[in-house]
Amino acid sequence: MKTYTNTGSKDTRSGFGAGLAELGKTNENVVALCADLTGSLKMNAFADAHPDRFFQVGIAEANMMSIAAGMTIGGKIPFTGTFANFSTGRVYDQIRQSIAYSDKNVKICASHSGLTLGEDGATHQILEDIGLMKMLPGMTVINTCDYNQTRAATLAIAAHHGPVYLRFGRPKVANFTAEDASEFKIGKAIHLQEGTDVTIVATGHLVWEALEAAKALQEKGISAEVINIHTIKPLDEEAIIKSVRKTGCIVTAEEHNYMGGLGESVARTLAQSIPTPQEFVATQDTFGESGTPEQLLEKYGLNAANIAEKAQAVIKRKTK
Amino acid sequence: MADIQHLKDLVSQVRRDIVRQVHAVNSGHPGGSLGCTEFIVALYNEIMEHDPSFHMDGKNEDLFFLSNGHISPVFYSVLAHAGYFPKAELSTFRKLNSRLQGHPTTHEGLPGVRIASGSLGQGMSVGIGAALSKKLNGDDKTVFTLHGDGELQEGQNWEAIMYASANHVDNLIATIDVNGQQIDGSTDTVLALGDLRKKFEAFGWEVVTVSKGNDLESVIAGIQEAISLSRKRTPVCILLHTVMGHGVDFMMGSHEWHGIAPNDEQLAEALRQNPETLGDY
Repeated sequence: MKTYTNTGSKDTRSGFGAGLAELGKTNENVVALCADLTGSLKMNAFADAHPDRFFQVGIAEANMMSIAAGMTIGGKIPFTGTFANFSTGRVYDQIRQSIAYSDKNVKICASHSGLTLGEDGATHQILEDIGLMKMLPGMTVINTCDYNQTRAATLAIAAHHGPVYLRFGRPKVANFTAEDASEFKIGKAIHLQEGTDVTIVATGHLVWEALEAAKALQEKGISAEVINIHTIKPLDEEAIIKSVRKTGCIVTAEEHNYMGGLGESVARTLAQSIPTPQEFVATQDTFGESGTPEQLLEKYGLNAANIAEKAQAVIKRKTK
Repeated sequence: MADIQHLKDLVSQVRRDIVRQVHAVNSGHPGGSLGCTEFIVALYNEIMEHDPSFHMDGKNEDLFFLSNGHISPVFYSVLAHAGYFPKAELSTFRKLNSRLQGHPTTHEGLPGVRIASGSLGQGMSVGIGAALSKKLNGDDKTVFTLHGDGELQEGQNWEAIMYASANHVDNLIATIDVNGQQIDGSTDTVLALGDLRKKFEAFGWEVVTVSKGNDLESVIAGIQEAISLSRKRTPVCILLHTVMGHGVDFMMGSHEWHGIAPNDEQLAEALRQNPETLGDY
């Protein structure tokens, strides 16, 4: 079994900040906009190095999204930064009309997604954003799992033409994926672990939890295949289908409502080509609440223990 | 100035195009379209430096964004007459598989349209973005936007108005079509706008009032005055007082013609009042 090493826990949002700072040096068309959350989004390095290309819009997210759309006319590549809640639900119509429908090359970069922003509670925890964004025609949706991957994705989306939703988070989490950003390909799943009994497909912060679950399952004699889906749309359907052909069952894991999330995209894919027993590790159509990230992940079942439990449950549903 | 008689001929022809487009599909928005005809004709034929071969980036061109997208009939007609696409295509307005969607979009690739509009309140922000992009590119051309007065009830406008002055977006000229009408009635009865001049001035804008927004010479003079005020560290607003439905007497001044089409007799009368000058599509 392959082992992954946490090279030192870091927040995914810092990966975004590092990627954006690099883009500032390498791509003069990259501009950044922020709605009064520069520090939270780790956009300071870019803002300090390129004040002419950094636009502080104040607490006015609707204006920010539409300004970003306008800036693409003239060849700019705008990166907007605010919390996931204010990057999606608050500005859905602006994104829909001015960015997605108008096919504008805007990168909507969203921190503090899911439950793990913690104590701020449900007003700031969005568990519906993947669904909102993947429903928009032409929108690419990416949810990264660690610092390295977030940095790599930030670099990759600048080179990709079209609207992108890049979702990341607040807490420090294990950093374990490749440091080499060139290994990240939009829409290409990453096989983290080969296995034969069950496929675990995870996105975002739950990827590390999936690896921990695979370890625990191994001790029980269960061989789990772990796939990291960072790009929820377009989904790497081939990688998922290929894996379940071998394992015959699947668990999806995400820090999001089961409705509208990765799990539903996987279920649709499998229903159409290879109906497969599936269990969902996700929130169950509920809002979040205040608490520490660890407490919240435990209460809402978004951790390694629950992934391992669901894996054992889904294996039992396999028809021999 | 371009031949004023030619511009007047164009205005008459564009008004014919508007009512014919709307009549043909029994849907669309003639009132605001007719009211803004002089303004958009003037922009595209007297004021703006623009390239009908159409490049989305619009570098080194003046740009126009229609925020109140429902007045697409006037926009489409002016674009067609300016050479962005064949005039014959106006006959496809609002029909299946047309590039001339009910509200302007980029999705079908219609030359001349740079962003979708229709859901109100977004165009000023978009214009600001394009204006900022021009500044970054060292492009000294101007960005023009048009908004309905009722549209100012959308809060996003005020975010944009605040941003533009705070950040010295002085290559932006935003025009408000002050016709005092919206779908449910007069703006005063639906949600009174108050003193728009004072509001824009309080937000740090230069304001030009064009009291005769359906008089071609007044409109041109007003836009030229706005241009003279631009590039002085403040954005510029034109309060363009128009009459909804102008040019078709039975449509004038009433919100009733915001979004309904004329019947056959009404079309004939509207066309009689606006002679064919440059050839019907």
